[in-house]
Amino acid sequence: MATVISNERLAEGVYHLVVEGGNSGEMGQFYMLRAWGAYPLLSRPLSIHQVNDNGVEFLYHVVGEGTEILAGLNPGDPLELEGPFGTGFPQVEGKVALVGGGIGIAPLYYCAQKLPGSDIYLGFSRESFRTEAFRPLAAELTVDVGGLILDSVDFSAYDHIFVCGPHPMLKAAQLKGIAADTAGKRPDVYLSLENRMACGIGACLVCSVSCKDGQRKACADGPVFLAEEVLFHD
Amino acid sequence: MINTTATIAGVSFKNPIVMASGTFGFGREYGRLYDVSLLGGISGKGLTLHAKAGNPGIRVYETPSGMLNSVGLENPGVEAFLAKELPYWETLDTARIVNLGGNTLADYVLGAELIQRDADARQLAGNPAVDMIELNISCPNVKEGGIAFGVKTPAAQEVVRAVRAATSLPLAVKLSPNAEDIAEMAVMCEAEGADAVSLINTISGMKIDVRRRRSVFNNLYAGLSGPAIKPVALRMVHQVSRRVTIPVIGMGGITSATDIIEFIMAGATVIQVGTYNFMNLRAGSTLALELQQFMKEENISSLDEIRGIV
Repeated sequence: MATVISNERLAEGVYHLVVEGGNSGEMGQFYMLRAWGAYPLLSRPLSIHQVNDNGVEFLYHVVGEGTEILAGLNPGDPLELEGPFGTGFPQVEGKVALVGGGIGIAPLYYCAQKLPGSDIYLGFSRESFRTEAFRPLAAELTVDVGGLILDSVDFSAYDHIFVCGPHPMLKAAQLKGIAADTAGKRPDVYLSLENRMACGIGACLVCSVSCKDGQRKACADGPVFLAEEVLFHD
Repeated sequence: MINTTATIAGVSFKNPIVMASGTFGFGREYGRLYDVSLLGGISGKGLTLHAKAGNPGIRVYETPSGMLNSVGLENPGVEAFLAKELPYWETLDTARIVNLGGNTLADYVLGAELIQRDADARQLAGNPAVDMIELNISCPNVKEGGIAFGVKTPAAQEVVRAVRAATSLPLAVKLSPNAEDIAEMAVMCEAEGADAVSLINTISGMKIDVRRRRSVFNNLYAGLSGPAIKPVALRMVHQVSRRVTIPVIGMGGITSATDIIEFIMAGATVIQVGTYNFMNLRAGSTLALELQQFMKEENISSLDEIRGIV
């Protein structure tokens, strides 16, 4: 059992939740959260925004019943945390770009802390949030509201590019990664996928992802995959 | 001393809590969270002869008190299971049940033969690793086979008879609530030599995305599970247990010790826990503890005292 320290509204439907408890995890991993009894039935997977000795932080967007309940949590409220789960971003060396779209910026904050000197690109469709927290961690910070953040990223300028955002953005990043070429070497593009999950630990196969080598699990083999491994069907 | 044990066809269950196929993988993942040897048993992820990629599109959707799933039997196939998972199962002190599905009659038979051959070899080495086969003739989420065998009794009879002939392992048949007559189906299974019947599998259901004007599932329909289906499951377990003399393995929406007791009172010998594993990743250890406490409070010293008393 964990306890809510704060749950601050950052923008329309976007919240920053700080929780005491669950103080472990790597960049790109997630926790399953539950702050209710039997209903809704399933817990909600949220990626780690930051983790330290005090606890763990999340950024989330209210999209349904579960996140709506989360948005109503107050300091001192209890919640269940299971995790950390999943295979996150690798610790890498070289020139790194962190590219987030909307609520997809959530896992990149912890990456920015672990990979100092990265260039950070944050894109939002209507309203930006949390950008100032990223500024001191970035070699260079680019923020875009209303455009396509990927247009700002020169893929050939990096060794590694971490991307998290909506589905079309991930597909576009995959293509840009394939097209990019620096002296005969492509950047490693890693995508953090979002998928419906039931168990979060690799048992139910609800979150399967089609990959070149067959079906993989978003919860256990991912949520982070090398872009070139993923087969986007739509 | 509280006795929670049960026996089916010589297979002993230290308690009536068995994890339902499709919700527990092959136990490894949950095994990292708690000791799965606390459980009465595990029914592994539904296997088909050959590996299956499962269904595209959305695979799960929550409903009031339940969930719809359309995983479509994604699994590694029987041979990969035998090679990769059984060494782990050998280490478990719990009843190990292989859930076997199929696309065709021949697939079911070949699958059962492979499992039998492997069990024989392991038996010689002292640990069969598989204690029972649970024959799945009731998956609602695959286009071929699956439920097509599980609705009409004559079609089911052919499969049960063929698989019974292919294996000497204890055999449970998992029945569909969508069967035309589930009690008649169970009677047939007993007559064909099944050692137990498991019920119920998920209930065929649907969810429409009204904005997109289409079902949320590529397969149109999906299988409903969870607390929403418990009253239906309980009624069916009650009906079936009165018609057969072989043990009934009851399941459908169990989330508490009192739910377990209800199924036992309705006539189940052991129960299976499915969707609750997603609501509480430690469902097995939670329920094992709760069951002991409940039996103590209610002065029930053995499940035999209350089995089928309603």
